[in-house]
Amino acid sequence: MTGNVVVGRPGPRVDAADQVTGRTTFAGDIDRSGMLIGGLLESSQAHARILSVDTSAAEALPGVRAVLTGADLPVPYGILPVSQDEHALAVDKVRYVGEPVAAVAAVDADSVEEALSRIVVEYEPLDAVATIEEALASGTRIHGEGEGDNVHRRAALEFGDVGSGFDAAHLVREDVYFFGGNTHAALEQHAAVASAGLDGRVTLWSSTQVPHYLHRTLEKVLEMPAGRIRVIAAPVGGGFGGKTDPFSHEIVAAKLAMVTGRPVKIVLSRQQVFYAHRGRHPVLMWVKTGFDPEGRITAMHFKSFLDGGAYGSYGAASLLYTGSLQTSTYRIPNYKFEGVRVFTNKPPCGPKRGHGTPQPRFALECQLDEAAADLGLDPVTIRRRNLVEPFSMTVNHLRITSCGIEECLDRAVEASDFSAKHGNLPEGKGIGLAAGAYLSGAGLPIYWNDMPQSEVEIKVDRGGGVTVFSMATDVGQGSTSVLATIVAEVLGLEPSDLAMVTADTDLTPVDLGSYSSRVTFMAGNAAKEAAEGIRDRVIAAVADELGLSADVVVVAGGRVGSANDEDKTLSWADAVRAAIVRGGSLTGSGSYRAPDLAGPYRGSGVGISPAYSYSVAVVEVDCDSETGEVRVAKVWLAHDIGRALNPLLVEGQMEGGVYMGLGEALFEEQAFRHTLHRGPSLLDYKLPTFLEMPPVQSILVETDDPEGPFGAKEVGQGPLLPVIPALANAVHDALGVRVAEVPITPDKVVAAQRDIKRGGDGRFGPRSVPDYDFGRLTRVDPPGEF
Amino acid sequence: MTDGILTLTVNGEARRLVAEGQRTLLELLRDDLGLTGTKHGCDLGECGTCTVLVDGKPVLSCLTLATQTRGSEVTTVEGLADGLVPHPLQKAFAELGAAQCGYCTPGMLVTAAALLERNPQPDTDEIRQALAGNLCRCTGYIKILDAVKLAAGAVR
Repeated sequence: MTGNVVVGRPGPRVDAADQVTGRTTFAGDIDRSGMLIGGLLESSQAHARILSVDTSAAEALPGVRAVLTGADLPVPYGILPVSQDEHALAVDKVRYVGEPVAAVAAVDADSVEEALSRIVVEYEPLDAVATIEEALASGTRIHGEGEGDNVHRRAALEFGDVGSGFDAAHLVREDVYFFGGNTHAALEQHAAVASAGLDGRVTLWSSTQVPHYLHRTLEKVLEMPAGRIRVIAAPVGGGFGGKTDPFSHEIVAAKLAMVTGRPVKIVLSRQQVFYAHRGRHPVLMWVKTGFDPEGRITAMHFKSFLDGGAYGSYGAASLLYTGSLQTSTYRIPNYKFEGVRVFTNKPPCGPKRGHGTPQPRFALECQLDEAAADLGLDPVTIRRRNLVEPFSMTVNHLRITSCGIEECLDRAVEASDFSAKHGNLPEGKGIGLAAGAYLSGAGLPIYWNDMPQSEVEIKVDRGGGVTVFSMATDVGQGSTSVLATIVAEVLGLEPSDLAMVTADTDLTPVDLGSYSSRVTFMAGNAAKEAAEGIRDRVIAAVADELGLSADVVVVAGGRVGSANDEDKTLSWADAVRAAIVRGGSLTGSGSYRAPDLAGPYRGSGVGISPAYSYSVAVVEVDCDSETGEVRVAKVWLAHDIGRALNPLLVEGQMEGGVYMGLGEALFEEQAFRHTLHRGPSLLDYKLPTFLEMPPVQSILVETDDPEGPFGAKEVGQGPLLPVIPALANAVHDALGVRVAEVPITPDKVVAAQRDIKRGGDGRFGPRSVPDYDFGRLTRVDPPGEF
Repeated sequence: MTDGILTLTVNGEARRLVAEGQRTLLELLRDDLGLTGTKHGCDLGECGTCTVLVDGKPVLSCLTLATQTRGSEVTTVEGLADGLVPHPLQKAFAELGAAQCGYCTPGMLVTAAALLERNPQPDTDEIRQALAGNLCRCTGYIKILDAVKLAAGAVR
């Protein structure tokens, strides 16, 4: 890649000035004339029939303007078309403690609180289901959704023939792992402000990652034409997947605004944020893998059991994600995946950074280390012998394009001096390694359609001002800055020259949202195409104006014309005027739709992506063998970004991914006492502070993806994946214990050490999985090129 | 402390307000004065997003009663810049990518400003200790550390 000026240059975010002066207006900061405050009443019951909801005492309070119950919003919804199982306010039943049951709008927060306390809900408690095992065994059915009993979804797929693969193996390991659930804990509590006008239009500002999907949900639930609903995603104060579902408070705020004729704001309390959840699924996993004597994988059979919580959310996809990306890093010639997602009476799980793939990644990377030890190999060698090749197909029909996993491995190993340290550090100190891969955008939209996944429009003013319109939603990852970088590069301008209008369904063309690490790749390609259209018109006009051949006209540094002769150039503004004189309105658009990558089987839509990022992490730890405490000394992370559009933002995502991975690995857990959340507060749910964060060495690997904008791929999610197993492997190197359960808390480390002292194998974690029938197995032939 | 007229200085400007006994400083700033730069994150004083300076010291405005600040000088993120000239910390946070979503940024900035005020040349550990009460969910703190160091150099 030569000649890029803006692309590849570290630079500040385009919205940094507002961020550092307190001017960024988050949804909760919005104030409107006459605005009411809204609030939600949460279920006190994990599972109960609602016999009655008496709102009369609340309605009688002077400051109260409206009270809603489930009957006011009877239309079900859900993020996936196959899981329309939620209501904005519970109808007939509640299914977890914290589920919204009723809502109030009042003149101030005190009146809301008073009114909510006066609503009387009569419940008939039902038996509650708290765990995967209970869900599979219980006769109590949580709801009518899913495949029967408390099973939401099952999957059973076999690619190739695992039986013959295991027969050919020299070593076959069967291991069980458990990944506890955890939550996003973005610092911004979810917030929404709604306004309804006498013109019959409704506007909703929200801290959402997916304004387009929220728009569709409002159309359905409010039973209004989409064209009369405007959704604006305010800058999101941290997303991580936690704001990718349509939420009760968003729908309720809109309905309350329509009922009262007044703007209404709802900000969830921190406790309500924990109940809104949609975080990492707890997953119980059984992995059987065969290896030849050199450590090459001959077959893998993977079973996952997902604790889904009370509703579907993204769960049908989450289930398949626990089985789809095992093949993306290592060549697995025969592969079988069986999985089941169950309903339990707990807040619904959904997508958190890495969506369904950090759990199997943890299992797979721990088992590789265990197999390496069995075979007398080191962790680097066993991985090196199994790496996928660039531009290849996997057995489950994933198309791999650019792939820098080998360079990531080499560079992380070299930078960390892994090979010299592994097995050789003093007692209590250890070093671990793991790899991972992630999608640069889900290959398919959430609802089936043939339209582009991203569209971008550009309008150029007569003074040369460029405005970019995109529904891409900045959740902190810097998507607005990425799009500005791309457009600026194409037009020979600076990112700060551009006005960015984003995430507004009235103003911006559709982008599906900030999830699945799709924005740089998909919206980026759309922005590039839109900018190239503008650039080509400007070049043609300047060529005509100056009597040059169009193929010698370039845009650079705010000027357009001959690359060699300064006199034969125009300023950008004059060039724009020349283009408008010749062709009228200077506007352009671009769009992106991923190629059709689905394999020949049902369920193949999950896991496909136009490109995969690759990461390798090395984690060095210092463990206290008395207390079991694990302190992280340093992390090295190599990431195949394709091409770093802005290395500063890329590093920020890598460091943030390491941070979040360490929190999950060490102590974060959405833990329950049966069905009751153990501590829905930031006092009880610990987040790593400044003091827990080790130094991180980020290593950017660039492979120039042929389909990515300027070669770029994702970085928002992939870097988290290898961190968790790398830490687990480091703890094993330090103390000889295999904590096969996340989080790796001191009590588990101590228990595993005690097990060694008693002559055990030093393993902590479940030893078996339920005997379960995953249903009819679909057999799929490997791709022809495999 | 009783309800009544409260006088204090906010970002260098004398303010006269009515504050009820249970009104928090955070509510006073956000709801009464419209200074929404200061954020609300946890209800419990755990996250540090609501940090402001009272007489130069970082306090959690969600746990501080407005009436406790009678006669005090309160500084929020809106008061760090001198007109359109940013504080060195603001400049460094922007340049080095120390803000991602930006939600923790106001609290981080004022806490760091108080640190540099009392210790213009903090070492890495002093910066980490000073900011340990401010959670950030995006950055892993690394670019924040870099930015505070850069600003410390600029302040000198």
